[in-house]
Amino acid sequence: MTLLRLAAVELPQDVKDAIEEAYRKERSPIGKTQLQAILENIRLAEEVGIPLCQDTGLISFYLEAGSKVKGLDKVEQALYKAVRRATLEVPLRPNAVNPFTQKNTGDNTGWRIPHVHWRAGDGDYLEVTVFPKGGGSENASVLKMMKPNEGFNGLKKFVMQSVVRAGGMPCPPTILGVGIGGGSDIAVELAKMALLKPINEPNPDETVAKMERELYEAVNRTGIGPMGLGGDSTTLAVKIDYAHRHPASYPVAVAFQCWAARRATARINSNGEVDYLTHKV
Amino acid sequence: MEKMEKLELRTPISEEDIRKLKVGDVIYVTGTLVTARDAAHRRMVQYLKERKALSFSLVGLPLYHCGPLAKKVGDEWKVLAAGPTTSMRMESLESEVIKNFGVPLIIGKGGMGKKTAETMKAFGAAYGAYTGGAAILAARQIKKVKQVEWLDLGMPEAVWVLEVEAFGPVIIAMDSEGNSLFDGVKNEAEKRMDELVKKPSLNSS
Repeated sequence: MTLLRLAAVELPQDVKDAIEEAYRKERSPIGKTQLQAILENIRLAEEVGIPLCQDTGLISFYLEAGSKVKGLDKVEQALYKAVRRATLEVPLRPNAVNPFTQKNTGDNTGWRIPHVHWRAGDGDYLEVTVFPKGGGSENASVLKMMKPNEGFNGLKKFVMQSVVRAGGMPCPPTILGVGIGGGSDIAVELAKMALLKPINEPNPDETVAKMERELYEAVNRTGIGPMGLGGDSTTLAVKIDYAHRHPASYPVAVAFQCWAARRATARINSNGEVDYLTHKV
Repeated sequence: MEKMEKLELRTPISEEDIRKLKVGDVIYVTGTLVTARDAAHRRMVQYLKERKALSFSLVGLPLYHCGPLAKKVGDEWKVLAAGPTTSMRMESLESEVIKNFGVPLIIGKGGMGKKTAETMKAFGAAYGAYTGGAAILAARQIKKVKQVEWLDLGMPEAVWVLEVEAFGPVIIAMDSEGNSLFDGVKNEAEKRMDELVKKPSLNSS
């Protein structure tokens, strides 16, 4: 419940820092007005404790469960309850709509929503990351089953074309997640989860880090700028994750995260104590 | 974009007011604003076909693409957060709405397409961009909820009639002459695409 409020109201420090730096470096006057409005908005939201964007997103949880943690069968139910409570109390905008009847459930829960992703860990804690994802940025998501011969240049072109095509719709400056290999669903998942990586932590693999830097510079040279109105700050960071690929396939997925890159992580220890990892509580 | 005029526009807004605006102008709106997004646009066009009257007026008022986050406090609604939504989703219906409901100004995020641009040129309308996600800023500029209609569509899809003061900055991104900031930026990027792909990292370490 606290995590949901934190995620909706306050951006992690690495995101705030990146936006401030983008504002300092921005040369376009219109671009600067947009970044200024964004920074003002971030400050106001923290001051009043209200979600900084009206689209509080569709909610996903990413869990890492240590093998010694008990009661894992009760976790999903608790998450659903927390989402309902947060909808009323934070409040969050009701964003779960039946795709056939178009009826909004009113409480951010629905069939298979909130999405819960499980991973096994080896500690004695349960790590919970809440990831509310807005619709604007999500609608820019792309997947291409490229031909292996297209290589890195083909991948680069695809990423840049996707950014240009999306224009202002995902609320640039965005964070880009690029998922490569594995298969269609795996590439998309890798791209999405790459958005959870802190901006200021470089990729431990130097080859990948170099590709991230190259894509970052190329995307910013497109000049799309804040809100697609032109400027230097089109992306705050590019994060790549990959899996080995089938010899015949070269899946490449691009996930977009808007400037309001909301996420919050906490560790619930076996003694009931909670450590908040992304925010000061 | 060196020249940026900052203007205050009071509702009702006339065609004359709009024809004076150029892309890059920065405006602040005071008066009344009406929100409408996907479902409301569908219903407005449906009512048009059925010759059914709307329970609210759009004449001379900005139409704001927005699904606000609102809270009921006693008898009154309070808007907590109200940033713009992606305008392109309303592209197929916006033309009809501008033509038939007297809308002079569309405010949203990300721009709109050719059909809307042509209608704007013919009818003297324009498109202004409000900073995406600047929802609390927007809420501060919203003084009162005058009316809310079609709540059966859900909170984000309902029509919210709002009293606003100095609502902005709204950057005129599409003017009544057919100019578009978004197209300009995209075309420039597409032209340079091949050159940009070939260029290696500026700092090759």
